[in-house]
Amino acid sequence: MVVFDRPKALSDVPLHYCPGCTHGIVHRLVAEAIDDLGVVDKTVGIAPVGCSVFAYNYFECDMIEAAHGRAPAVATGVKRTNPDTVVFTYQGDGDLAAIGTAETVHACARGENLTIIFINNCIYGMTGGQMAPTSMPGQVTTTSPYGRDRKIQGSPVHVCEMLSTLDGVAYAERVSVDCPKNILHAKKSIKKAFQNQIDKKGLSIIEVLSTCPSNWGKSPEESLEWLRKEMMPFYPLGVYKDIDSEEESK
Amino acid sequence: MSNKVLMKGNEALAEAAIKSGCIHFFGYPITPQTEVAEYLAKRLPKVGGLCLQAESEIAAINMVMGAAATGTRVMTSSSSPGISLKSEGISYIAGCDLPCVIVNVQRGGPGLGGIQPSQADYNQATKANAHGDMHVIVLAPSSVQEMATLAGEAFDLADIYRMPAMILADGALGQMMEPVDFDARESREIPEKTWVTNGHGGKRKKNIVNSLFMDPAALEASVVERFKRYDEIKEKEVKYEEYMTEDADIVLVAYGITSRICKSAVAAARAAGIKVGLLRPITLWPYPSGALAKLADTVKHFLVVELNMGQMVDDVKLSIECRRPVSFFGRTGGMLPTPDDVVEEIKKIAGGIA
Repeated sequence: MVVFDRPKALSDVPLHYCPGCTHGIVHRLVAEAIDDLGVVDKTVGIAPVGCSVFAYNYFECDMIEAAHGRAPAVATGVKRTNPDTVVFTYQGDGDLAAIGTAETVHACARGENLTIIFINNCIYGMTGGQMAPTSMPGQVTTTSPYGRDRKIQGSPVHVCEMLSTLDGVAYAERVSVDCPKNILHAKKSIKKAFQNQIDKKGLSIIEVLSTCPSNWGKSPEESLEWLRKEMMPFYPLGVYKDIDSEEESK
Repeated sequence: MSNKVLMKGNEALAEAAIKSGCIHFFGYPITPQTEVAEYLAKRLPKVGGLCLQAESEIAAINMVMGAAATGTRVMTSSSSPGISLKSEGISYIAGCDLPCVIVNVQRGGPGLGGIQPSQADYNQATKANAHGDMHVIVLAPSSVQEMATLAGEAFDLADIYRMPAMILADGALGQMMEPVDFDARESREIPEKTWVTNGHGGKRKKNIVNSLFMDPAALEASVVERFKRYDEIKEKEVKYEEYMTEDADIVLVAYGITSRICKSAVAAARAAGIKVGLLRPITLWPYPSGALAKLADTVKHFLVVELNMGQMVDDVKLSIECRRPVSFFGRTGGMLPTPDDVVEEIKKIAGGIA
């Protein structure tokens, strides 16, 4: 008999996310990874500012709510003073790749032994659909109403590509949760990102391509289609850095 | 027998932090406080601790927040422009009720200002650290000994009241060398930290460190609870020194390096037959309003001396409810008054009184 149950690391409370939003799936994958590794009692999660601001209510580990973009710095403070904890940040694209760029880049450069879960949905969700650092060229948002113009609003940030150039990063992979196959793969990647921390390998970041039907103005189904057709070619899935495979190839 | 050693103010503060059990420091270089970080960078690895240079003041204060959330004694230090950058983090730390120690070795401002001693961050430290209804405890040392003693006191107060405590020093105190005795202070009893987020170990419910309240009534309740603690601090933790105030007609009010200049001025004015005293606030928040109000019963005139354009002077007027005239004398931008400059001001006032 197959029992589909709530992971123990996921709190038994209703999530506030909009219908069709993929945050709930990613929360579940993070909780499953924590359960599989049996580390909920020594895990400290850092919630961001953005749609997942209430993540502190959704995980059964100790949680800290950080200021906008500062989660990697807060995580550094936790981990450096308590090296036996398992510390993860859960951040959106505005949090990680705009206001928190310095904190992200330098946590990576220092090789902080942390796990970063990065939700890229190309938009500011909580504030109602403004342009994100990862918004696509041409993408219409409330602050790029004529479509993102590279000449005016600049070009999107490719986070995994950028961070994989830093020596302190052990593992950087871009995954997607648009279909069961990709969800199963994302789970393996997230689990590896936590395992790396337990094995003291350095910083692991998993970028998850996600949907925002409410602010994209699309149905959940159309949103998954847009993710596959528009986002995936621009933000290719794959492993951008993995010190494990680098060691094997040496 | 006391064990006095000769040290720079910044280094005495750093060593006192270690002796208070703070072996984790997060900071960013800025003049004139860099000796704090440099001293800790040498010492902390040898005592099993960590001195981490952050990418910015913003990151440093957020690292402090993470460490503080685990119940770890932790400190950051900076100078005026850097403290402005830390404002955001200070507000979050206050809103999350976390203890930590923040050092501001003040320099002249605004903007990039200068690198010479200043007290121009008085209003920021005591009234406007950051956004929101909040305070931090502010301690103002006036000697190398107090750089050490008040550092220890700051850690204890932060832990007892679950809030940030600030050492408000200046470039002169940071750089000067004097003898210091690290055993001069008894540590206080600290309540158990039940609120920490360091992994629940399956032994307790999860803890959440958070300053977000979507329900306005809940946010109000949390702020009101915090202000009850502030009232308790105002009642129990005010510290000040009175110097030759018993028969004084004129009382100087000054803190930090300025209070030392004023002590010399008091002696010189007394030699000239003018009855002058000094009240030196040691805690700038909470402010010694009660002591000033009492002095106003007998003192004829107050003279506030600061290294700024007149910031604490407002608190003196409020403390004595403007019952006596309050004059101000200050230098700013990194300029220091001489005792003679202060005596000149005293003589002007004394002429008016006589």
